[in-house]
This record gives sequence, structure tokens and C-alpha cells, in this order.
Amino acid sequence: MTAQPTEIATYNFAYLDEQTKRMIRRAILKGIAIPGYQVPFASREMPMPYGWGTGGVQVTASIIGPDDVLKVIDQGADDTTNAVSIRAFFKKVAKVAVTTETANATIIQTRHRIPEHPLNAGQVLVFQVPIPEPLRFLEPRETETRKMHALEEYGLMHVKLYEDIAKHGRIATTYAYPVKVEGRYVMDPSPTPKFDNPKMHRSPALQLFGAGREKRIYAVPPFTDVVSLDFEDHPFEVQTFDHPCALCGAENVYLDEVILDDHGGHMFVCSDTDHCEKRRAGGHHGHLAPETHLASEKTEPAK
Amino acid sequence: MDIATQSIDGGFAEPVFNAQAVFRAIMDAMARPGTVQPLPQLARPPAPLSATAGAVALALCDNDTPVWLDPPLQAEAPVKAWLGFHTGAPLANTPADAHFALIANPKEMAALDGFAQGTQEYPDRSTTLILLVDDLASGPSLLLEGPGIEKTSMIAPPGMPRHFVEQWKQNNQRFPRGVDIILAAPGSLACLPRTTRIKTMEA
Repeated sequence: MTAQPTEIATYNFAYLDEQTKRMIRRAILKGIAIPGYQVPFASREMPMPYGWGTGGVQVTASIIGPDDVLKVIDQGADDTTNAVSIRAFFKKVAKVAVTTETANATIIQTRHRIPEHPLNAGQVLVFQVPIPEPLRFLEPRETETRKMHALEEYGLMHVKLYEDIAKHGRIATTYAYPVKVEGRYVMDPSPTPKFDNPKMHRSPALQLFGAGREKRIYAVPPFTDVVSLDFEDHPFEVQTFDHPCALCGAENVYLDEVILDDHGGHMFVCSDTDHCEKRRAGGHHGHLAPETHLASEKTEPAK
Repeated sequence: MDIATQSIDGGFAEPVFNAQAVFRAIMDAMARPGTVQPLPQLARPPAPLSATAGAVALALCDNDTPVWLDPPLQAEAPVKAWLGFHTGAPLANTPADAHFALIANPKEMAALDGFAQGTQEYPDRSTTLILLVDDLASGPSLLLEGPGIEKTSMIAPPGMPRHFVEQWKQNNQRFPRGVDIILAAPGSLACLPRTTRIKTMEA
């Protein structure tokens, strides 16, 4: 075959070579079989820097097929830099359909939020994880943390939560709040706000976690117990907000603060942009919502 | 057909997409133990290796993963040549060295604890067993519960290893160490990860 001069070199489907995909796929299967255990894998260099979701991208690239519909969110938003560039990456290298609608996606890659819309059994949630080891800031040595997981020795984590209570009167950890999976492994749920921890518990969707720089993959299968660590007299509780979303009026959702002017004006809006747009399209109004709602583009088919 | 032809024919027609389809079936089966995932015939390995087991081997095995063959497969030179040509996987000398084990005759297979169990520090360094079964519905019923299963699920593969329920209970007790099983039936597969508990079994 002679390539036309205008043709550029093409990559394998979903960028990674097949041997890399097999290696990652084997790690994913072990992760599912041992919920919460961090499986080491030979993380590759990706065409984006560490910290931009190279772990999540490698997991997604290894599971995605031509029939999948991909949604990517960055702190709940479909339209921020990280989400847009990863979505564009997979549109280019895998030519898959992409969407912003939670209910239509088969794979949702996320940087630290779980969508407000309930997930269903066919969906896979892929988390981008910076530091997979929940004990890392308590014990810097990998050899020691590995032994602690092997011996199920998690007293140090409870000491850390207790010190929170001693200093602040309450558990002050608000994100990357440690969980125990199926009564065995203590796991970092990635830096999701603890607001989302209860959504992991017995979720019908498969949850996969990829840490590219730290070279670890772990998983929570569907319908698996994910329990946030706490004390009897200081039970785990999620953040609450005083006001509903300023745009769609939603309550009991996770809100972001948005600065409006330089006189201290601000509003709280849904972190999950798809959820917010859906509600506004459905006629819900917050106190700062504009008169007319213009829906943004939703789904692009596979090429 | 001579061995050389048999070993070269019968791989994936579309390696990239076929491998992905087979992997997704295995991943869904592993994440939801007891569910039967349909799998079209994508590989044509020499007998007694089945199309499903062959496809699983093509999707997961390569030169990083020593594969152990049970005696009926070990005796077939075309099977070894086919796996060698298509996957490049070395053959493991003992079950304890294997990353994957292909078992054509589960009834007579070696005990589960003879395979690699992983260590307490690295429970992932264990053998994944690929058992060839005739179907997933005609044998004694296994009632399953554990992660991936909302309440209970049911599967009934015939010709399972001797004292399987007892052996599997011991496998559960070794958690996080232990083996995982892929049941390869004609046209479909199901999985038993080490977390799955078998509640009861009909006589």
C-alpha cells in the first residue's frame, strides 16, 4: 500500500497498542476479582502530562469499543478543559460516539465526581486517580503500606480521622474520604467530594480506577459494599448546602461556588452541568436563571 | 490438515475489535458473577480447545503470561502450536507457575490450591483458570452471592471438578489470595471471581 502524501500516520484503535491493552485488561480483571486492591500495572506514557488523567485514559482506551458512547466530566462539568480534551482525544483515536447526557453514555470517564443522575447496570464509570494509596500521606514507604494492606492493619487511618476530631471537633476530611470495600480493603475513592461516597455503595455500575503516574488500577464491582470510615459518635455525613442551585433550583445536589463580580457577589450552581441543563430544559428555575434557556450540543454519533 | 496449517488458521479475523469484544464479555462476566455473556464464535482453535476458550486465550494471553495446559490439551501438539503461534505465551511447567490455565477436562483437574494463589502482599499474582464446559445450565445448580450480585444469581455448569463446592469454600477463605475461574461454554461464558460465595448446591 502506498500512502498518499497528505495522509498522516494513524494510530491503533484507541491509541494504545494491543499488548498494552492486554496487560491493562488483565489488571482490570484482577482488580474486579479483588475489590479495592490496587493492582500494579505497566503504565504507559500518554500524549498528555501526568495529572491530566493518564490512568483513566489508559483504562478507557483498554475497554472501549466502536459501539460505546463516551461521556467525560471534569468536576461534574462536560465543558471544561480536561473533559473537552479527553473527549476530543477519543473522538480522534477511537472515532466513538460521545455525549454529555449521563443516561446515554456506556462509559463515563470522570475526574472526581459521580453524576447526579443514577447510573444503570450497563454503565462503566472510570475514575482518574492522582494518589491511589489512601495510606500514603500517613506512611510514605510503599513496602510498609503494602504490608498494612496485607495484614488489614488500618488503625493509622482511624487515628488520622480521630486527630481531625480532636483538632476541629469533627472529621474535617471533605474529599478523598477513605472507604472500606466489601469489609476488607481501605480504598481511596479518588479525590471525589465525600458527597459522592454514598453513591459508590452498591452502585449498579462497574467502577474502575486508573492512576497513571502511580501505576495502579483498582475496581469496585457492581453491588459491592463501599462504607466510609467513621466513629459511632462521629458518624460519616455528607456536605449540605444552605441554598438550592441558583440556575435550576435543585436541592440535595453538589454545588460549586461561582464568583459574579468584584464586590463579593457569588452564586452556588450545580457541579453536574448535564443535570443542571436537564432540569432547566424541564422548566425548573433558580433565582438567578436567565429568561430563556439555550441547550448546548448533546450527542455526536460515531464516525 | 498438517500441524503447521492448523496452528496458523483460526485466529481472530479482526484482532483489535475481536479482542475487545471478548474482553468486554469477560469483564462483564467477572463484574457480574453468574451472568451468562454471549460470545459469537471468533476463533477456531484445534480440538479439544473450544472456540470460546480459544478466544479467551487470544484476548488475554501473550508472552508475559505463562499458560498451563491440562493433560488432554498437553497431549495435543496442534493446540500447543496454535497457542504458540497466535499468543506467543510460554507454557508453564507447573500449575503454580501459570498466569492462566486452560482446562479441557475440569472433572479430572488438579486441586485449586495447586495453582498460583498470589501472596498476601500481591494477591493479583494468581492463576486465572479457564474451564471448558459443555454449557452453563445442565449441571448441578450453584447459587451465588457476593460482590457484583444484587441478591443471588444461579449458574449450573456440568462436569465441574470433584468436591468443587468444598474447594471453592476454601478458595474463598484464602481471600485476598485465591484463583478466579472463567467458564467457557459454546457460544457463551461466565465467571467466578474469588469473592463469589456458593451458598447451596442441589444434590
